[in-house]
Amino acid sequence: MGRKLLFDKAHIEGIRYYDVYRANGGYGSAEKALKSMSPDQVLDEVKKSGLRGRGGAGFPTGMKWSFIAKPEGVPRYLVCNADESEPGTFKDRYLMEFLPHLLIEGLLISSYTLGCNSCYIYIRGEYAWIPDILEEAIADAKKNGWLGKNIQGTGFDLEIYVQRGAGAYICGEETALIESLEGKRGNPRIKPPFPAVKGLWDCPTVVNNVETLATVVPILRIGGEEYAKYGTGKSTGTKLISACGNINKPGVYEIEMNISVEEFIYSDEYCGGIANGKRLKACIPGGSSVPILPANLLLKTAKGEPRMMTYESLADGGFATGTMLGSGGFIVLDEDQCIVKNTLTFARFYHHESCGQCSPCREGTGWMKRVLLNIENGKGKMSDIDLLWDIQRKIEGNTICPLGDAAAWPVAAAIRHFRDEFEWHVLHPEEATKRNYGLAHYADPLEIAAPAAV
Amino acid sequence: MFSEEKLNKVKEIIARYPAGKQKSALIPVLHLAQEVSGGWLSSETMDYVASLLQITPIEVYEVATFYSMFNLQPVGQYVFEVCQTGPCMLRGSDNIIDYIKKKLDIGVGQTTKDGLFTLKTVECLGACGYAPMMQLGKHYREHLTPEKVDAIIEECRSKAN
Ligand SMILES: Cc1cc2nc3c(=O)[nH]c(=O)nc-3n(C[C@H](O)[C@H](O)[C@H](O)COP(=O)(O)O)c2cc1C
Ligand code: SF4
Ligand code: FES
Repeated sequence: MGRKLLFDKAHIEGIRYYDVYRANGGYGSAEKALKSMSPDQVLDEVKKSGLRGRGGAGFPTGMKWSFIAKPEGVPRYLVCNADESEPGTFKDRYLMEFLPHLLIEGLLISSYTLGCNSCYIYIRGEYAWIPDILEEAIADAKKNGWLGKNIQGTGFDLEIYVQRGAGAYICGEETALIESLEGKRGNPRIKPPFPAVKGLWDCPTVVNNVETLATVVPILRIGGEEYAKYGTGKSTGTKLISACGNINKPGVYEIEMNISVEEFIYSDEYCGGIANGKRLKACIPGGSSVPILPANLLLKTAKGEPRMMTYESLADGGFATGTMLGSGGFIVLDEDQCIVKNTLTFARFYHHESCGQCSPCREGTGWMKRVLLNIENGKGKMSDIDLLWDIQRKIEGNTICPLGDAAAWPVAAAIRHFRDEFEWHVLHPEEATKRNYGLAHYADPLEIAAPAAV
Repeated sequence: MFSEEKLNKVKEIIARYPAGKQKSALIPVLHLAQEVSGGWLSSETMDYVASLLQITPIEVYEVATFYSMFNLQPVGQYVFEVCQTGPCMLRGSDNIIDYIKKKLDIGVGQTTKDGLFTLKTVECLGACGYAPMMQLGKHYREHLTPEKVDAIIEECRSKAN
């Protein structure tokens, strides 16, 4: 069994309630931080832990916290990003539903470290039943002196509020989230200024993912140095992976970042193998925005090494032969799945979710969707494949926020690795509407380039 | 339009923000307004929300039109919002959508003649591991099969009577 730091107590009956959480050591990290450490000492532990943001970009959390501006007399805010809308990702939901006090304890320690007295949890509107769970937990924490004024007699004050969104993926982007929290459309802001300087109501603001903030609790419990011994290299600690698609056991798993992708997919501890006895065709391991890989490149890097569930190993080979850990939304496709159709659903998603501020994103996402729909319906031309490539190239890097890139990458990777499947759709339109291209050669052993002779 | 109780709720929401930042309450208050107005926002409802928060009506329209959870047209009493994004598609959401269309004899975006059901397709709702799925009111219905859809339709019909 892999070691757990977030879900170690998840099996305990009633752990979502205050009394049970507290009886099992809950709020111990907060007690330690608030009563025996200065904010700078806590920050130091977070830095030592090597924790990287779990929302998708993997930016070091300690470093991000050290950037927050501290002008005299201006409030600072912590915003917990619970927008969780990246297709394939459903881990934060699990944390909030089943371990709400773990998140609240994490928010308390983080707010203390940053010097924030108000914290907002911005949760996607569709998770409509979760605010009740969080608000009940917040009320219980407050009753027991962990929130409100003069927390545990330390003189530190904190209020946590839950704010619902209303259906917009873009509000997961931190500046769009801030706009939304201010009661506006979710249009991302141009950076700089960064939220750490000018964020919510123009005050210094830190936006962190739910899992990131919950992870601060075990870091304080075992210490930053000990935390950094979990995992591999710069991928320290554990990561929540939400696994879905054609596997036997979809669900949310906590992994230590030292297992292979193969173990994650096939072992009974995790996904339990491909459903219905089928074979693996492809996988999008970090949420819909990251590049899709065919089975052979997923399990082994282009150098022939086993691919590991770490930030570095998944990215090995760059976009040519690698992908990204992203948000940990692990989407598995079996041999019967159609890459064109899958890509089409993502293109439709990004088109639907574009805020419309930048023309390459607004127009390009719709154009890609229409071209993909034609190819999928057997009405595509060979030149459409090059056209798709061209459109995605023109979106990437030419927009205000990374949603444009997120829309471009899945299309680029699908064409890069599955071009013959696209061509087959164009060449056999009749057949393509009746059956799928199948596994083809996508799981064949890779030819490993021989090291160049010296 | 709001009851005393709802008006108190609005006050409570506004108190979450610093003085003068009551516009931040807009999305939460629009959710409340939609709940008490049959699941959609008319321009009268939006104007009312503007007056409550002391902002201009255009500020409310801007927001209401941006977020997909706000309905600007009347909807049925029960709205089936079926997810159709990749992970759900891989687990057969297309079949579920087709099944509902046939069963209720409506297309996507339409409402049954008795005003009971509306069918919508939506993008990823964060339930990809429990696919296929849909949102029905405040909750999710997951691991959908035709039999489960039948049972849900029956459940709604019996609640409506
Ligand atoms: C289009 C888009 C959507 C995003 N959605 C989310 C999201 O749902 N949840 C999240 O935590 N971060 C999301 N992010 C990343 C945030 O902008 C931000 O980097 C993150 O919340 C920082 O937290 P972390 O450092 O703890 O990961 C998104 C970014 C983009 C560009
Ligand atoms: S890239 Fe797309 S989503 Fe991001 S700001 Fe531009 S139009 Fe909006
Ligand atoms: S794809 Fe349907 S819930 Fe995520």
